[in-house]
Amino acid sequence: MIQVVLPAHLRTLAGVGSEISIEIAGPVTQRSILDAIESTYPVLRGTIRDHVTHQRRPFLRFFACQEDLSHEPPDAPLPEAVSSGKEPFMIIGAIAGG
Amino acid sequence: MSTVRVLVGTHKGAFVLTSDGKREKWDVSGPHFAGWEIYHLKGSPADPNRLYASQTSGWFGQIIQRSSDGGKTWETPGGGLKPTPGGMPTGESNKFAYDTSAVTGKPLTTHQWYDGTQHPWEFKRVWHLEPSLTDPDTVYAGVEDAALFRTTDGAASWQEVAGLRGHGTGPKWQPGAGGLGLHTIILDPSNPKRIFIAISAAGAFRTDDGGKTWRPINQGLRSQYIPDPNAEIGHCVHHMAMHPQRPGVLFMQKHWDVMRTDDAGDQWREVSGNLPTDFGFVIDVHAHEPETIYVVPIKSDSEHFPIEGKLRVYRSRSGGNEWEPLTKGLPQRDCYVNVLRDAMAVDTLDSCGVYFGTTGGQVYVSNDAGDNWSPIVSNLPAVFSVEVQTLQ
Repeated sequence: MIQVVLPAHLRTLAGVGSEISIEIAGPVTQRSILDAIESTYPVLRGTIRDHVTHQRRPFLRFFACQEDLSHEPPDAPLPEAVSSGKEPFMIIGAIAGG
Repeated sequence: MSTVRVLVGTHKGAFVLTSDGKREKWDVSGPHFAGWEIYHLKGSPADPNRLYASQTSGWFGQIIQRSSDGGKTWETPGGGLKPTPGGMPTGESNKFAYDTSAVTGKPLTTHQWYDGTQHPWEFKRVWHLEPSLTDPDTVYAGVEDAALFRTTDGAASWQEVAGLRGHGTGPKWQPGAGGLGLHTIILDPSNPKRIFIAISAAGAFRTDDGGKTWRPINQGLRSQYIPDPNAEIGHCVHHMAMHPQRPGVLFMQKHWDVMRTDDAGDQWREVSGNLPTDFGFVIDVHAHEPETIYVVPIKSDSEHFPIEGKLRVYRSRSGGNEWEPLTKGLPQRDCYVNVLRDAMAVDTLDSCGVYFGTTGGQVYVSNDAGDNWSPIVSNLPAVFSVEVQTLQ
């Protein structure tokens, strides 16, 4: 199972705790993780990436294993520690605004 | 006995204020959707317990919320936790995709940017939700960048009414300070095919065929920043209001100038009269007196607060031109709040109630058509919108 950490507002919206577990059959990539999240929690469609372009929303970043993966290609394999469930895939909101 | 429900959208959540018909003691519930910007929420005239809310965020985009019990509980239509049997959800309640299809859509053009260059058309948020007068599942949404959307399934999915964006003048539309927002939607109760809308800063438009085709209705408007005195596009309309018994009469608070039309927008004339300043955002009409209108004058486009720090509603009982200040119960010193375009509403009780919210977090009520005012709440986040439901 893949572990995913969501920002607080999205936890409230989806009605989940700080970390969610999702199952992915094929390669574990940013795209497959986001597809699985949106399939399981439809309310989150459009909140992490754009509905139409599937571009990451500009005030969100993706981290795992203490690395910023935000600018990695969406189909690039994620670290083995993420695909094995040892380390979470973290979706982080920018610290900005009021 | 009648009750009143006031729906308040703020910078950090939604609040529902309720009272009996006296409108003296109030219950406050909220914040709903705490921490999110709530641009607007409004109830269905066909089913008052059906409410819709626009929940938005610079981080997470647009969410549409729906309530079927008057705001006690909320849901994201089609966004529940259970996926559909095929694995993908059917609900796309927050998907606002411009319709560029060959059959029903219009090509996505550019619009004018602040510096005069052309800029891509990009969806940002829903500014205004206007439920149908007859069907609780049908709602219109005015969005930024400007376009009109419609749902007929209770907000589970939205389709663009693309004839407006594709009207042909899009490249001349330009954002106001708050963005290129479609902020006003008025449904004509006497003609289901007729809709009025307004955009900052493009102007007012009208359809007479249910949204297929649109025409700008800005003749008579004058804007100092537009060189062509007869320009039909580019006016910064802030808000419009109509009395349901007089659907051909519209009142407008423009960037500067308070305007009136008696022929559904074919020609406008200025009715600012003796107002101390004719800049402002809100405008509304008394529930029982179609010639009684309200505005809140704001000092200028560069100083968005009342003149001399005195918060004054101005009322005209003659459909404009002759205005009187209403001050009883409103702060008359050191008040530097703004009243945004969707933040005034009226109820339909015998003694018409008038309501408005401020960027300082106050929501004021007058239960006697404006003669006397009192705060319902004083310390909310900045108020974006105020709507009122009169319940039997």
